[in-house]
Amino acid sequence: MSPDVSNWSFFSEHREEILSATLDHMTLVVIAMGIAILIAVPLGMFIVQRPAPRAIALGIANIFQTIPSLALFGFLIPIPFIGGIGKRTAIVALVLYALLPILRNTYVGLSGIDPAVLEAAEAMGMTQAQILFRVRFPLALAVILAGIRTATIITIGIATIAAAIGAGGLGTFIFRGVALVSDSLILAGAIPAALLALLADFLLGLVERQLRVV
Amino acid sequence: MRQKSASGGKTTLLCSRRELQLSIEMNAKMEDSSGNLIEFRDVSFRINDILNRLIVLGVSLEIPQGETLVLLGRSGSGKTTLLRLINAMLLPTQGQVLVKGRSTAEWDRICLRRGIGYVIQEAGLFPHFTVAENVALVPSLEKWDRERTAARVRELLSLVGLDASEFAKRRPRELSGGQRQRVGVARALAADPPILLMDEPFGALDPVTRAEMQREFRALAQRLQKTIVFVTHDLREALLLASRIVLLEAGRIVAVAPPREFLQIDHPEVRAFAASLGTNSGAPA
Repeated sequence: MSPDVSNWSFFSEHREEILSATLDHMTLVVIAMGIAILIAVPLGMFIVQRPAPRAIALGIANIFQTIPSLALFGFLIPIPFIGGIGKRTAIVALVLYALLPILRNTYVGLSGIDPAVLEAAEAMGMTQAQILFRVRFPLALAVILAGIRTATIITIGIATIAAAIGAGGLGTFIFRGVALVSDSLILAGAIPAALLALLADFLLGLVERQLRVV
Repeated sequence: MRQKSASGGKTTLLCSRRELQLSIEMNAKMEDSSGNLIEFRDVSFRINDILNRLIVLGVSLEIPQGETLVLLGRSGSGKTTLLRLINAMLLPTQGQVLVKGRSTAEWDRICLRRGIGYVIQEAGLFPHFTVAENVALVPSLEKWDRERTAARVRELLSLVGLDASEFAKRRPRELSGGQRQRVGVARALAADPPILLMDEPFGALDPVTRAEMQREFRALAQRLQKTIVFVTHDLREALLLASRIVLLEAGRIVAVAPPREFLQIDHPEVRAFAASLGTNSGAPA
């Protein structure tokens, strides 16, 4: 029997399990992305005109990004409150990974505004807050969204590793498949994860194009 | 009383009504006495960086109501800095800049700026706003109601020669350079400020459009009776538009004269500028 046929029959037999793992996976990603956006976008707005905090924030976000993901999950397990086995730890780790792309793009987007526009805004008597929310932020939105898009795709990939600390999701199939030397199991995790990433990329790309007003 | 409201104004971000009322009263007073709307009193400005360069040195200048004053000079002569000292984008290191009789250091900056129109070279229009929204910027900051704002936008667009029904909904990227600059002028005039600051507004335009805009602007300035401070490095533009020309060199005023007398001044920098006239194509205005 060719491997294709065995994979297909495996998929159809385990359809419901795969579907529920996919939903678990999406839940992890959506929660982690939501938290990461809520942290990184306001933080990015804060650091735009403050060089010292900017260096620190981008530096720290950079460091998280360099830690191998499996190691980060491992480091978090013994930490009280945020650590332990399960979804919560996984979400913390995913948030830490998602921070950098969003934070960096927020900063780049907000700081890359045409100086003539900012000068006019200031000279017309806009307050700093009005300039931030009515000028900088709307003009930076497409760039910020590009960061969110990158972070989402990274998170969908890394979330498969979250299964190693018992957070569930599509990684469960992959780890089981590696242990049992079963291609079918590995593909049952990998294919939906890849499809999710492609779908997220496509949809966020559409939104991004809508927002690119300039 | 002036002092009190000035310090009170600093605590509120939005331009308070009292502050505005005050500036209107001051306006009226200024018009009565036909005094100076803007006055530089021995102003120096030093850049606050490692080099600590002096950009403006001991400038004293009185700008009465209704004048179109042109600040002429080479790049780096300090003319843009002088302009930015008027709307408190910069504050003098020494001396005082008085606007409507009150030092810019005392003014609530936001209030001061909302009463001063500002036009720059690339217009600096907000790319995410429509033409109408750009023009309505200061009225919207001042929370005008919708009808009044809409009427004002139509009035201003026609004032600068743009058909509102055709242009109001467009975005800046859908305009030519000249049209963008017209919108920039309309935006600066929106809240009917008594003062208009213009920093090489026509500098980025092609020569034909530029000449057209200059002619129209001269007519507009005569009609509106605003006090205009206009920065340029183009002597022909200065001669065409100014009621008085101030020539700057290395941060100092080296000559002040109405256009008719300007070319007769015996100063090397004046001669240098006069020489530049000959090299430009076409006859001086």
